[in-house]
Amino acid sequence: MFGRRACTVVERTTYGPYVVVDVHDPDGPAPAPGQFYMLAAVERWGGGDGERPFLPRAFSVLRAREGRLSFLFDDVGPGTNRLMDLDREDELWLTGPLGEGWRPTDRRPILIGGGVGIAPLVALADTLDAPEVLLGFRDAHHAQAAALVTQGSDPSVTTDDGSAGHHGLVTELLPDDLSGVELFACGPPAMLEAIRRLGVPAQLALESGMACGFGACFGCVTPLAEGGYARVCVDGPVFAAAELAEVPAH
Amino acid sequence: MIDFCGLQLEHEVINGSGTFDAIAARRAFGAELLDRFPFSAFVSKTITLKPRAGNPPPRLWETAGGMINSIGLPNKGLAGYLEHDLPQLAELPVPLITNVMGSTAEELTELAAACDERPEIAAIELNVSCPNVATGLDIGAVPAELERVVAGVRPATTKPLIVKLTPNTADVAACGRAAEAGGADAVSLINTLRAMALDSDGEPWLGGRTGGLSGPAIRNVAVAQVAAVAAGVTVPIVGMGGVQTGAHALDLLRAGATLVAVGTESFRDPAAGGRIARELREKAANSANPFA
Repeated sequence: MFGRRACTVVERTTYGPYVVVDVHDPDGPAPAPGQFYMLAAVERWGGGDGERPFLPRAFSVLRAREGRLSFLFDDVGPGTNRLMDLDREDELWLTGPLGEGWRPTDRRPILIGGGVGIAPLVALADTLDAPEVLLGFRDAHHAQAAALVTQGSDPSVTTDDGSAGHHGLVTELLPDDLSGVELFACGPPAMLEAIRRLGVPAQLALESGMACGFGACFGCVTPLAEGGYARVCVDGPVFAAAELAEVPAH
Repeated sequence: MIDFCGLQLEHEVINGSGTFDAIAARRAFGAELLDRFPFSAFVSKTITLKPRAGNPPPRLWETAGGMINSIGLPNKGLAGYLEHDLPQLAELPVPLITNVMGSTAEELTELAAACDERPEIAAIELNVSCPNVATGLDIGAVPAELERVVAGVRPATTKPLIVKLTPNTADVAACGRAAEAGGADAVSLINTLRAMALDSDGEPWLGGRTGGLSGPAIRNVAVAQVAAVAAGVTVPIVGMGGVQTGAHALDLLRAGATLVAVGTESFRDPAAGGRIARELREKAANSANPFA
């Protein structure tokens, strides 16, 4: 579907410090897990901190069902701050679904998410039969978002401060023997870079600041192992770990 | 229909070079893009003789009412463009304008001559916002240098030649006159304004250190520069800079432009060009003679 469309917010739910916003999108194509949308509030987009936000913001779809899309927000700046403030009946500009999502695998999937990066893994878990899910958060308050994973067994949780689940990094929960496994990961760049360095089959969903989300601006590039750059928006956001030179810190 | 250098265009709104990748957009949005193509002509991103990877990231910075980009003109090079991109761009429902950049008059001439041979290309736009490696002068910023380079390229093509002026110069009106004196069939302006953003440690945020400011923040700079250039040239002008609505486009037309280009607004709304063209038409219908 070409162009952006205004969708109405139908529900707003909090999970610890996170907010899930559901919008009614009856006419849009159904997204594949790992695809994303460019979002901007119809009202008060601009005029915030530093007269921002101006550009739309890229968000993986958290969940899609029956003409309803869910997005997961964490307050990290003027754009997310405004999106978290959306309430029922408010309108959201939405462009998408965009990008290349998760690819199917014949190997045993393990899903690894960190913080707000759990969103595309929730969408993926909805399509799998009881997958193994490992989630890392800052603390117990943030770890309330683990309840978003409703498929299969409870996810294993780690926290940076030990206030819930295992005290440490989420990658510490990976089995020693990863033969036959494919990792599906989304989270902070340092987490994704650690997974990339494992050298095992892995798909990494990258985040990048984007102006457009559909390949126009060339602003969201990530360096490739073969040299040069790929656009996160149209060549990703999901990449095979082996394709990437590194996961940049920004 | 609008006559622009002999091209017959459906409406006044085209895209700014480097702000819309029609090939990627077709992948993202499907055939509907061609049915509702937002621009009356399509301007390619800048093509150089050799392939370029572009600048290291980060490449974007959001500002108050705009953005700074430091993309660095990534492209497949002339041969890659002609072989891979041109056949796909030729399928667009509108005339194709190919934007080229070289660091010497000789490079620009080679690019223009190669474009001249291709019937799929309707017109050529020269990006002269680049230092001349031979003379060290910024080609587009120094009127005498600009006139010399345009005059050098002119014999290489019979297609319409548009010179994209840089706003990062002391006297844009003199640059417009120089482009016309060198043989340009049209000028386009404004390119982005050179800008820098610092991170929390005071270091440049962008991988290219500086970048180009675009968006509504530069809109009234564009109106002033289009008016200044229009006062001194007889060739048509493509005006651009922060256009978000038909009213903004009308400002540039009234300042002296024949066409208007949309850039940053397409990032916020991929179909913005079509909406702006519609708003312009509605304004024309509501007004006795707005373009006289």
